[in-house]
Amino acid sequence: MQISDNWIDIAYLISAVLFVLGIKGLTKPKTAVRGNMLAAAGMGVACVVTLLHRDIVTYEIIIAGVIVGGVIGAILAKKVQMTAMPQLVALLNGFGGGASFAVAAAEFFRGGHPDMVGIIATGAAVLIGAVTLTGSFVAFAKLQELIGGKPMGFPGMKLVNALLLIGSLVAIGYLVANPGTPAVFWALAIAAAILGVLLVLPIGGADMPVVIALLNSYSGIAASAAGFVMGNSALIVTGSLVGASGLILTQIMCKAMNRSLTNVLFGVMAEAG
Amino acid sequence: MDFVAQLTLFVLAIFLGVELITKVPPTLHTPLMSGSNAISGITLVGALIAAGSDAGLLINVLGFIAVVLATINVIGGFMVTNRMLAMFKRK
Repeated sequence: MQISDNWIDIAYLISAVLFVLGIKGLTKPKTAVRGNMLAAAGMGVACVVTLLHRDIVTYEIIIAGVIVGGVIGAILAKKVQMTAMPQLVALLNGFGGGASFAVAAAEFFRGGHPDMVGIIATGAAVLIGAVTLTGSFVAFAKLQELIGGKPMGFPGMKLVNALLLIGSLVAIGYLVANPGTPAVFWALAIAAAILGVLLVLPIGGADMPVVIALLNSYSGIAASAAGFVMGNSALIVTGSLVGASGLILTQIMCKAMNRSLTNVLFGVMAEAG
Repeated sequence: MDFVAQLTLFVLAIFLGVELITKVPPTLHTPLMSGSNAISGITLVGALIAAGSDAGLLINVLGFIAVVLATINVIGGFMVTNRMLAMFKRK
């Protein structure tokens, strides 16, 4: 069955309203449970209506993916110890960033939007998505004590980070001029993945919740960028909503811990050295 | 949808997101982070379209990976948020 784009966009509007009410609800103890339910309902509406999208012609892959992902997600959520919640959120967030990266990659190789806006949005989704993916995994590994919680780094790390970021931006610029260059696309992806690792490694375990909140904001922005690539209003609105509210939450969490965001992100190496 | 309409949605949603969160009691920091993390799994919508399209094997494979990852994010995210909130209730 297929329905017109208008009806799909109206359903996306309903789900966006549910997300807004959900986030609002989650900020107050009394309404938090209901807020989470409303947000989950919003996600249900958005996903079900998407199945009626005219670009979807086959359902086997979708069903397989949803079953595999659903089972893994449910097991992770059920089995995790209460004390291990923050690292689970980090891990889930990394998957979200990875998903946005994969969506942007699919759209890139489909060659759907080789115009400037499309390529810049693809580049942003790849860059931010890959940083979120690897950065969240490092945050997870630190909290799970797979690697030491202490700040780690090497001399000249900031310079390497700056070069990786500049290199990524140059790669996006190159793709705008030459959209069909997979090698540059993968170079961008690898540079962004390394950048994600290096950005989180020098941050200590105690500051990790703030970093996870920030990475959560990033994964929202990555989803929003993927929305620009696909011309999908649900992704644009909801992604930017999470991106902005996540950034505010990051600030609030910093204040509660008596830290400044710049201190968390850049000051630790100076303190350690 | 044209670019200007998309940009309008983007900018207005950013402002809405900033205004949405003002005061949050510290006990709700982690659940709110977890809940909005689940919402950022909205990228599942894009993943479904890529996985179900007829644009070729590579696109479907990338779409499948995206669907799996985003579904873990969404299902795990909402369920774990619910568990956290249930824990507060009992106190």
